[in-house]
Amino acid sequence: MISPDSKLLLEIRGLRASINSIEILKGVDLTVRSGEVHAIMGINGSGKSTLAKVLAGHAAYEVTGGTVLFEGSNLFDLAPEERARAGVFLAFQYPIEIPGVANNQFLRLTYNTVQTHRGKDELDPLEFDDFVREKMKMLEMSPDFLDRSVNAGFSGGEKKRNEILQMALLEPHLSILDETDSGLDIDALRIVANGVNQLATKDSATILVTHYQRLLNYIVPDYVHVMEAGRIIKTGGKQLAVDLESHGYDWVSAEQRAAARI
Amino acid sequence: MSVAAANSYLESLLQGGSKLPVSPLAWLNQLRANAVERAGALRIPTTHDEEWRFTDISSLTKLPFQAIQTASDLPPSEAEPFYLEPATIRLVFVDGVYAPHLSTQVPDIAGDSGIVVTHLSAGLSKHPSTLEQHLARHADFRDTVFTAINTAMLHDGALVIMPPNATIDKPIHLLFIATQEKVASYPRCLLIAESGSTATVIEDYVTLQQGVYATNAVTEIALSDNARVNHIRVQRDSGQAFHIADCAVSLSQGSHYQSTSIALGARISRYNLNIQLAGQDAECVVDGLALIADRQLADTHTCIDHIKPHCTSRQLHKCIVDGSAHAVFNGKIMVRPNAQGTDSAQSSRNLLLSGRAHIDTKPQLEIFADDVKCAHGATIGQLDSEEVFYLKSRGLSEMAARNLLTYAFGAEIIEGIPIVSLRKQLEQTVLERTQRN
Repeated sequence: MISPDSKLLLEIRGLRASINSIEILKGVDLTVRSGEVHAIMGINGSGKSTLAKVLAGHAAYEVTGGTVLFEGSNLFDLAPEERARAGVFLAFQYPIEIPGVANNQFLRLTYNTVQTHRGKDELDPLEFDDFVREKMKMLEMSPDFLDRSVNAGFSGGEKKRNEILQMALLEPHLSILDETDSGLDIDALRIVANGVNQLATKDSATILVTHYQRLLNYIVPDYVHVMEAGRIIKTGGKQLAVDLESHGYDWVSAEQRAAARI
Repeated sequence: MSVAAANSYLESLLQGGSKLPVSPLAWLNQLRANAVERAGALRIPTTHDEEWRFTDISSLTKLPFQAIQTASDLPPSEAEPFYLEPATIRLVFVDGVYAPHLSTQVPDIAGDSGIVVTHLSAGLSKHPSTLEQHLARHADFRDTVFTAINTAMLHDGALVIMPPNATIDKPIHLLFIATQEKVASYPRCLLIAESGSTATVIEDYVTLQQGVYATNAVTEIALSDNARVNHIRVQRDSGQAFHIADCAVSLSQGSHYQSTSIALGARISRYNLNIQLAGQDAECVVDGLALIADRQLADTHTCIDHIKPHCTSRQLHKCIVDGSAHAVFNGKIMVRPNAQGTDSAQSSRNLLLSGRAHIDTKPQLEIFADDVKCAHGATIGQLDSEEVFYLKSRGLSEMAARNLLTYAFGAEIIEGIPIVSLRKQLEQTVLERTQRN
């Protein structure tokens, strides 16, 4: 929600990034304030998932230009784990499976690691069990998921719910959801979106990276950005997503090209 | 190794066999004599033998240890740390010799169920005809010198007979404790699962000392129609020990064999697992983990032989190798001409934790039928960077992420073990060996 007394959370200016010496991000500008929901849309290959990974600190991407300030500090001074502890969360498009490690063990380890770094108390296994079960109710997850190995054998929808569960536990200030809607049926989409909406606070913000407008029926964005060829080429309100759905991405590209000729 | 040295090693081993008491069973004396003769005709393999290319056992031939025959007086307090919870039926062998005072005193026949869990020498006097039908009929010693030696020395070990449709709620724990240096032991186990019966057997090799000793173990498992056996094998010998073992499993129609073998100990270990899917619709699930460091060598050779149609085999073998250790995996899948409808999948996954660690893995498929599904794959490497990134993005440090993933790599095999205390013990071992600071 856009509010007048919001804080500046994320300031991206002229961000450039490459993978294997191929430039993917070619000057991204984006400002996110607390309480806001931003949707970043675009065709495959436009750079929107790269932006998500660069913000989380994926080592395969090299930042070649621009600046990113997170809560006023240089984000690139922080290692990925430090970003997580500082309150940046990335929900993965393809969450990793870890056979051999029980989900509750993993969730408690990450929760306690982050808590410790934030100067808060750890929870012992029994306390954590109560705590996590409450969070799971919101996502309509069966407690069985605690005893199973992390994401191993989970369906696409179950993996995405497990991502949002981690988001609920880690209480990020900035959540980046990378194609969280992909591979979800309509029920799972509703549950996941519902979870994200419940977790939204006036002090935190969400960036939704998505290809389709569908998710935005459930999580209503304050801003919609269209990415193309590594830059944000258009920004609008929620209506922009609806227009994109009916006219396609070509319509924005054409508009851009026309504007460029003027 | 010179041929003469190897021969004198064999000779001195087999002389030990002549100290065995003569059995009243003529067939047994004959069996041992045949094995002695066969062992004499074979030779100790060298790295020139294809089956032993990576595993140099010449150091073993310098150590002609003898078996001991005297019963142990090991205090129960020393054996107790190895006991498993929840309670098992337990047979304990100390340096290869049956230790009645440490074993569960089940009557030879448990209740009126007809279930037999006993030591081999008692079994030989009470069930001679059953033993004659099975002993050395599954583990072939004609071409395998160590199996021939074990058969020549055949004296002590475990016998389990599950009558038709019998089940026991408790797992059977066969516990082999090494207490003395410079001895050899020749455990021999036979498990007969009659039709429709179900059993869980843990074959567990542990040690109370860190010296040199040698184990040459042979296990035979026969599953009749629709029998189900869960076989867990844990080798946690001294880091100086030699452990050579052969396990032969025969499956009849509709039977199911599950194997989890864990190799943690021994300076040099070799495990041969031969599984014959000899009845239609039989299934086997074969999981293995070698977790070694320092200068250890762990060699696993498996052969899953699809003889009859519509059998299923699943195999996952993992090695975690640290220090200058060397792991070997040779996984043969044989599909005979008659074995149409075979469904087989094999995966060998390996993790190197040091620059000096070494792994040789060889999936080997021999397929002579055309309507079959055979998948196989092998990976060797370090941890996956995407997995490390995932954990770091959740706040874990690089080290914590790597430790967790290394632990998980081994724990995946262990988590299938249904005995809680054993699983916890092994998880703890994996944890200790995979964590760095």
